[in-house]
Amino acid sequence: MKGMTLIVKTISSWVKMLVFLFGIYIILFGHITPGGGFAGGVILACSYVLIMLAFGRDYTEENLSLKLASKLDCTGALLFIAIALVGFMYGGFSFFYNFIQQEYLAGKETAFKLISAGTIPLSNIAIGLKVGASLFLVLLMLSAFRPSDSSEKEN
Amino acid sequence: MMIPLPLFVAVPLAVAFIVPLFGQKTKSAATVLANVATACLLILAIYIMRTGQSGIYRVGQWSIPIGINLVLDGLSGLMLLTISIVSFAAMLFSIRYMEQYTAKPKFLSLFLLMVAGMNGVVLSGDIFNLFVFLEIASISSYALVGFGCEHEELEASFKYMVLGSVASMFILFGVGLVYGMTGTLNLAYISKTIQLAGLNNGLYFALAMFIVGFGLKAALVPFHAWLPDAHPSAPAPISAMLSGVLIKALGVYALVRVIFNVFGVSIPIGWILITLGVLSMVIGVFLAVGQWDFKRLLAYHSISQMGYVVLGVGIGAVVLAQGKDPAWASLAILGGLFHLMNHSVFKSLLFLTSGSIEIATGTRQLKQLGGLAEKMPVTRTMCTIASAAIAGIPPFNGFWSKLLIVLAAVKAQFYGLAAVTVLVSLVTLISFLKVQRYIFLGDLPDNLKEVKESKGSMAWSMGVLAGLCVVMGILLLWEPLREQILTPAVQVLVDNVYSSKIIAMP
Amino acid sequence: MLYSMCFLLFIIGLYCVLVKKNMVKIVLGIVIMEYAVNLFLIMLGYRLGGIAPIVGQNDYASGAVDASFTQASVDPLPQAMVLTAIVISLGSLALMISICIRTYERYGTFDITQIRRLKG
Repeated sequence: MKGMTLIVKTISSWVKMLVFLFGIYIILFGHITPGGGFAGGVILACSYVLIMLAFGRDYTEENLSLKLASKLDCTGALLFIAIALVGFMYGGFSFFYNFIQQEYLAGKETAFKLISAGTIPLSNIAIGLKVGASLFLVLLMLSAFRPSDSSEKEN
Repeated sequence: MMIPLPLFVAVPLAVAFIVPLFGQKTKSAATVLANVATACLLILAIYIMRTGQSGIYRVGQWSIPIGINLVLDGLSGLMLLTISIVSFAAMLFSIRYMEQYTAKPKFLSLFLLMVAGMNGVVLSGDIFNLFVFLEIASISSYALVGFGCEHEELEASFKYMVLGSVASMFILFGVGLVYGMTGTLNLAYISKTIQLAGLNNGLYFALAMFIVGFGLKAALVPFHAWLPDAHPSAPAPISAMLSGVLIKALGVYALVRVIFNVFGVSIPIGWILITLGVLSMVIGVFLAVGQWDFKRLLAYHSISQMGYVVLGVGIGAVVLAQGKDPAWASLAILGGLFHLMNHSVFKSLLFLTSGSIEIATGTRQLKQLGGLAEKMPVTRTMCTIASAAIAGIPPFNGFWSKLLIVLAAVKAQFYGLAAVTVLVSLVTLISFLKVQRYIFLGDLPDNLKEVKESKGSMAWSMGVLAGLCVVMGILLLWEPLREQILTPAVQVLVDNVYSSKIIAMP
Repeated sequence: MLYSMCFLLFIIGLYCVLVKKNMVKIVLGIVIMEYAVNLFLIMLGYRLGGIAPIVGQNDYASGAVDASFTQASVDPLPQAMVLTAIVISLGSLALMISICIRTYERYGTFDITQIRRLKG
């Protein structure tokens, strides 16, 4: 895959940043508006799919290598488990304990503010990282099969 | 001290995501870490059994039925112990065995994900969470079956995945129906609603969905088509895990939990279980006799042995529903659950020996093997012990559980069932005599003169399981151990107090 | 009535899985089954003329959230279940498709009647 025409490349190099930004917005505001980690992560991956369609697979791999993506993937998952395990430190061994909400934000008027809901925005960020990286990996892997297939047919 | 139950899910899950971060050079560190994780789980499970803990755990301190809860009772503890033992041995075995594959960190990661999923299934007290954990375990097992990416493995993996996905959809449909009918997802509250209002048509439909779905996962006979392909195709430690615990945790455990503790037993359901069990036993064993591929033969025996477990539990259900003496019901269920535990030990040992033979000789066709008794004495001893156990020869563990099932069938006056059980046991013996004859006795083929015995971690893990095969009879015979491990699990199923106990817990 | 239509869709998917010979069509059959179940779950929570169970910024102050709000809003729990089920099916679908592609590389066909090395 060499990529598409110049028009598509130019437009998508503008649009990709907007899509990426929108994904970040969806992740960060997941706890007060519809959306969240999964939806935002999918949008993040979509921005890379756009690059992959417009510029070709090799360019995308230079941009975000497979190794880095798989490391981000693991980091996201580990971050999520770490947030869940931090609750153990607040007595009673409670898994997924919303320690920020209960210990630091309790009694404060935080509803509908960006910093509210305790650990939920943090979990959203972890999930967004995980979903974005792993969906990117899946799509990259699936597109990797294509050249060998077509070459087999030609032979 | 009460062990926080989420550790059983969180530890393997966390290690599963740490392991891929290691590169090709630090592969051995990843292996060590994964082994440490399974060893930790084993220690935790033994600690729980020793102190006889039970209780519920509210995730995030949300009270039930609003929040998600994890439940530890006798049955969950028994399953946790079984899963931990087999996963510990299989992980130990794979240290050396998996060197022949390139992507070892991925294997370790998927293995630990599968363990996390199974631990979640047995601990979950919430029917939708049970489904989610079941899917985690299933999806990683689909990937593990196709791990080698060769022709047969891909084909088997696809077949397994299609049937597994269909089963999952059946289960999810059942979950939806149950939620629509009772308005809750918590197992205890569903059970309470059913006890108050009784079963209506929608719930019967949901029960049918669950029986088909979990039956597919457990490979009981009308639904068994995927198992003989999927289990032999996986790498040997994974075959041991799949046959040893996956079909039990995902299939039989979930089925038994849903029928006994949520929907309540009745005579038709008991007879359905008995029919499924007898069909699995008889058809599985007769298909196994004609096999010439060692692992395929073992896979058919898995179907047959799962039939024993379901038969024991089914006899218990019928006796309970008929209102006869509950002592016979608990005897039958004790036999079934004990056989479940025994089967996971000896069947995983058999699969590990098959892996040891395959890695030494490069084949698992019985006709191409022979005379390995002198070349591979350790493997030979282990395989003989496991064969004796599965065929039900007295000092080994398989004998005691089969004896219990036969006794319970006679006491409950199902003489036909008792006769079938004994007959199937005989055919199993014949089949394993064939295995011994073709692999270890006879003439050594010329191309196998250079065969080397497997050493190190492979021999150790087989040794652990073989030791268990020999001594597990004392779980039944020595009363303190029986009271500690087996009796609480049986009581969970026999006493119909699951929901009231959980709702009343502080 | 509508629930039975969901079941009909489920049966169509099952038929597709059992009868079709092309691997990709089998995967599509599974996807149809998944959507049938998701539709069923969503319909369970639906209420005729229901409103979205979302509390806006000034709803508490203006008194829009009261007993009638919980009476009229649809059940959000099945929606959460469907989201989880969609995520799970995404994972299994990706795995399934990649196995299809790998099988095509090995065998050169998607026809399951020609992919028959395992017997017995």
